[in-house]
Amino acid sequence: MNKKLIHWSLIIVACSLTLLAISIFSLIIGPASIPLKKIGFYILKGRGTPEYSIIFDIRLPRLLLGLAVGGSLSLAGVILQGMFRNPLVEPYTLGISGGAAIGVCLNMVCNLHLTYGILTLPVSGFLGAGFVILLIYFLSLRKGVVKIQGLLLTGVMISFISSSFIMLMMAVSHTENLQGIVFWIMGSLEEPNWLLIKLALWLSVGGLIASYFFCFDLNAFSLGEEEALHLGINIERTKKLLFILASLLAGFSVSVTGIIGFVGLVVPHFMRMIVGGDHRILLISSFLAGASFLIFCDTIAKIIIAPMELPVGVITGIIGGILFIYALTKKKVVI
Amino acid sequence: MLEVKNFACKYDSKCILKNINLKVNKGDLVGIIGPNGSGKTTFLRAVTRVLKPEEGTIFLEGKNIWKMGIKELAQKIAVVPQNLNSGAMSVQEFVLLGRIPHFKKFQFLETKQDFEIARKCMALTDTLRLKDNILEEISGGERQLTLIARSLAQEPRLLLLDEPTAHLDITHQVLILDLIKRLNRELELTVIIVLHDLNLASEYCRRLVLINEGRIHASGSPEEVLDYRIIEEVYKTVVVIEKNPISSKPYVLIVSEEEKNKEGKNRKGIKM
Repeated sequence: MNKKLIHWSLIIVACSLTLLAISIFSLIIGPASIPLKKIGFYILKGRGTPEYSIIFDIRLPRLLLGLAVGGSLSLAGVILQGMFRNPLVEPYTLGISGGAAIGVCLNMVCNLHLTYGILTLPVSGFLGAGFVILLIYFLSLRKGVVKIQGLLLTGVMISFISSSFIMLMMAVSHTENLQGIVFWIMGSLEEPNWLLIKLALWLSVGGLIASYFFCFDLNAFSLGEEEALHLGINIERTKKLLFILASLLAGFSVSVTGIIGFVGLVVPHFMRMIVGGDHRILLISSFLAGASFLIFCDTIAKIIIAPMELPVGVITGIIGGILFIYALTKKKVVI
Repeated sequence: MLEVKNFACKYDSKCILKNINLKVNKGDLVGIIGPNGSGKTTFLRAVTRVLKPEEGTIFLEGKNIWKMGIKELAQKIAVVPQNLNSGAMSVQEFVLLGRIPHFKKFQFLETKQDFEIARKCMALTDTLRLKDNILEEISGGERQLTLIARSLAQEPRLLLLDEPTAHLDITHQVLILDLIKRLNRELELTVIIVLHDLNLASEYCRRLVLINEGRIHASGSPEEVLDYRIIEEVYKTVVVIEKNPISSKPYVLIVSEEEKNKEGKNRKGIKM
């Protein structure tokens, strides 16, 4: 027992250190680079220097949002994959991101965000995501039987339909809206609103804690639903609660940052290969690794074509997709 | 121990089980036999609450199973499924999953006792030597033993097995059924086992229940149930029942079409 605990602690420490290193890296790297040695100096010196405001007003909010969203997305991925026993399920492939995109685009096209304030953007994204979630929920949990192939196909179709809708909206919208829509779809961690960042942080940490109430249920689910029932798991209730939890995490993340694909797919997959299938360690390590991955990708997005900036969704898509194909050729996908 | 009263259940609005009445006493070893699709596995699924009853009730130790908590039920009944559909964990981790129903609220790690029980169960099923092997790497027979070890880790009072010997060679068939018999005798574990092979059922079970088209067609000792008239009626095939010379349990021999034609109308080879 102790051996296991020590092993897990080491994994958590390693993941945290990686996250810390990547965070510092992202704080000092950027168009105006701040030397590592001086970072403490600027922080202690307090307000007034331009470096201080770069760190606290530009880079720190981005870092924190990256932590929250990266963690949430990969947590949602672990939960959905564990529940459906399929390594390809994640918010992006289920069409949740697509739903959120429709909501936000509708908002932009109707100019709601100009009339009622910028906060309506995440709200409408969340409504769109919620609609898709309900749709998937009722399509898949009918009669309490989940048909996973049908579910995945439904998700992919919803993604297609929503991207067609978005193209339709882009075709009819004004040019000044167009850039906003395009940038949002590609996903970005730039978010000027501190309230949203704080909300995202609380939600992600809360989601992590909540997911731990289900770690044994998820372990039992890996044997199949009927077997989970035989091990005393109330599968219907657990499935509902987990589905709601994953949707909350994914829906909120997507509506704040736009579509950031593959985080929920790639990170859990790799963590499963490294730490094994036990959700007691998989949940926390995926959360930390997801946060690190997204912050890392965001930092690259900032500097790769500086002074211009790439949307982070593009980077996660490219890195994530390539890593995933590599992993598929190296090792059989098991869950 | 287990009492099924007037039980009927539907699956996709088709009647699968009808009018099932059955009583299993503590320490019994009951074999459930019947043709494919007769409802044997459905019966097991009904006992573990996977399928809702249409009518009737199932009592476990005098309590209606639908009025018990799911966790409470899992502490009393363990199921050995036909096959295992998970690969990426070690045998020990897999057996420890059987302890889940016994975890306390907010318990996060297995206790020393859990490890001790898992070790004992692996020793009983001769899988202790495989403890650190990955499930994918072990043979079919060993996997079946691991499944049994996990069920035992649940410390059940009633053990249900769904064709544990399917796809196994005779060495492993005998190994597994000997093990179950030993568990039944030594741990006083009540066992209900679904078996396809009539001869294995006859050899190992104290009592047989023959299910046909969702109803109990016959039940009783192997000698009573494995009557050639009953078997021919249910399985719609010609058989000869002999006695095993060592255990003197009934033994079912099949008759091929060619032989049947040779014998003609006169079937004097059939004994009881």
